[in-house]
Amino acid sequence: MNTFRVFFAGAVSTAVFAFFVLAYLPHRQLAAAAPESALKPYADSELAGRAVYISSGCVYCHSQQVRDPLFGTDQARHWGRPSYPDDYRYDRPHLLGTMRTGPDLMNIAVRQPSRSWHYAHLYQPRALVPGSLMPSFRFLFTVKPRADMNDEVVDLPAGVAPEGSVVVPTADAKHLVDYLLSLNRDFPRSGPAPGSAAH
Amino acid sequence: MTTAPPVFEDTPAPEVALAERVTADRSTRGPVLLFFHSAVVWLVIGSLFGLIASLKFQFPDWLTGQAMWTFGRVRSVHLNAVAYGWTSMALIGMAIWMVPRLVRAPLFMPGLAVAAAWGWNLFMILGLGAILAGWTDGMEWLEIPLPIDAIVAVSGGLMALSVLVTVARRRTRHFYVSVWYILAAMVWFPIIFVTANLPVFAGVEQAAVNWWYGHNALGLWITPMSLAGAYYLIPKVLGRPVHSYNLSLVGFWALAFFYSLNGHHHLIGGPLPTWVITTSITASVMMVIPVAATAVNFHSTMIGRFDALRYSPTLRFVVMGCMIYTAASLQGSVEALRSFNRVVHFTQYTVGHAHFGLYGFASFILFGAYYFIVPRLVDWEWPSGRLIRVHFWLALGGIAVYVGALCIGGWFQGQAMLDASRPFMDSVNITKPYLIGRTVGGAMMVLAHLVFAYHYWLMVNRRGPVRSEPAWSDRRSYTMRGPLPPAEPPR
Repeated sequence: MNTFRVFFAGAVSTAVFAFFVLAYLPHRQLAAAAPESALKPYADSELAGRAVYISSGCVYCHSQQVRDPLFGTDQARHWGRPSYPDDYRYDRPHLLGTMRTGPDLMNIAVRQPSRSWHYAHLYQPRALVPGSLMPSFRFLFTVKPRADMNDEVVDLPAGVAPEGSVVVPTADAKHLVDYLLSLNRDFPRSGPAPGSAAH
Repeated sequence: MTTAPPVFEDTPAPEVALAERVTADRSTRGPVLLFFHSAVVWLVIGSLFGLIASLKFQFPDWLTGQAMWTFGRVRSVHLNAVAYGWTSMALIGMAIWMVPRLVRAPLFMPGLAVAAAWGWNLFMILGLGAILAGWTDGMEWLEIPLPIDAIVAVSGGLMALSVLVTVARRRTRHFYVSVWYILAAMVWFPIIFVTANLPVFAGVEQAAVNWWYGHNALGLWITPMSLAGAYYLIPKVLGRPVHSYNLSLVGFWALAFFYSLNGHHHLIGGPLPTWVITTSITASVMMVIPVAATAVNFHSTMIGRFDALRYSPTLRFVVMGCMIYTAASLQGSVEALRSFNRVVHFTQYTVGHAHFGLYGFASFILFGAYYFIVPRLVDWEWPSGRLIRVHFWLALGGIAVYVGALCIGGWFQGQAMLDASRPFMDSVNITKPYLIGRTVGGAMMVLAHLVFAYHYWLMVNRRGPVRSEPAWSDRRSYTMRGPLPPAEPPR
């Protein structure tokens, strides 16, 4: 019976100890950090676009974290300065990602500020980036014979849109692009990034 | 507590032991078969979704007309179906079957476990439906929305109650090492699952909790449950005890302490305090201790009896699973080193490694367990030795092609990404032939699962020839019966 209790106490305490180290201590340390004022909360339409980003599973191919120059070539690729913990202050759920089938999107709005580029790229990635593996997000667009009064028409290279029709973004596509155009966490910071070797 | 159990003997007389085993198997037959049936269905569904996801890399414009078929959703259905549907349900079935035999007490209220299986299936149906419909919590391994998670919490609780009371009513003095692993996993899983779903984290802290959970779903749930199966099946088939009790203790506690701290190697280079990442890297390297202890223990148990791999399908799958456990774990320790991780992080290499562990290790042990357990539940021999062979070689060939292709392709992908003078698209283009390799390997595994599912269907319907002895897993064994020991020990 005694072995039994020792066993349970051991099993529970290893898991609790690991939670304490991996989750609770970083939580406490980061919560104590001063917030960075340059970061703005998301607007409603950006949040709606973030929801589209999440439900479409963009995170499985795109990270949102720029690594220290000592650790990779992210900065040399003009993906922005290394990320700080409070760059994610308004992110719930977090979208750090673990995969770069496509490039990092931490600061995509800086690299690619054009709304019409994003529409065309989402509709048919290979029309703008030959060889891309990104799926087409046709389901975020409406194809119709002619545009209505308030429609934004997606500017596509010849032959991409179906013959004799125009491609118009849905509300979801507009929100998603609003969100992508909000991804700018490249404002200057002082002090070493926590992931860097200097820290 | 009620009065102490009357018999407290670890080595009962053979006729007593046999009678008890029959009682134990009778008590577990219903729930175990239900968990096993369900797991096979989720295996087939989950691997088909995996194949669709892989094909999308060859045909990125295929199935893009509707949101539910977009890569991000198909991929998540694959992960959740194979991790929580196939692997977890099959592991629970295996555990429910082993525990009553090991503690010499029939399963407490088998109805609880049956209800748990139905609840678990409901959780899977609603959870996968939610992902397809775009309702997700948005974190890897934690996609299924919180309200639906409540169903699995209740189901898991019912199942754990049944198992824990069975253990409390044990009639053995000592716990066999398999029971340690199962009990620990049943304590650990609720802890990691509840803490991961606490709604108090955001941003980077949530990423920390995400990977505390994500890696421990493997380390503190799937791995200990799978090892419990290996520790039971290898000695059982060989009819000889595990080489060293002490080594298995070292393996257990080292796994408990080090594996639980592994998670943040998924965040190397990320915006977290360096000390916490380093902690996980250290723990990942220390995993060499439990892995080596387990490998030496199994190898020493097997030594001199490797010929048995020819005729026992159970042993063939389980031993292969254990060898892959060693290989995948050591690969993981190296992968966690900063110098190596710098290249392979964010690449297909990680995907290859994940499948090496989850499929090559856990699924292989589960396949072996099916071949051992199901005949004892339906009182019938597997209809066809050939189908078992086809299943084994397709599964092994499939995972070898899959892991080989992604690890090589992922390495080149990482090298291309680390060279800033090369455009990003180089890192995409270089992987393309290897992604075709992934689809080929994946298709082989899907085929293996269809063969296995068909054979399982024949089996539970008691089709095929009436056999007086097991179907052999090696053609040559048909002519070699004389000099060989029996394929499986007597029931």
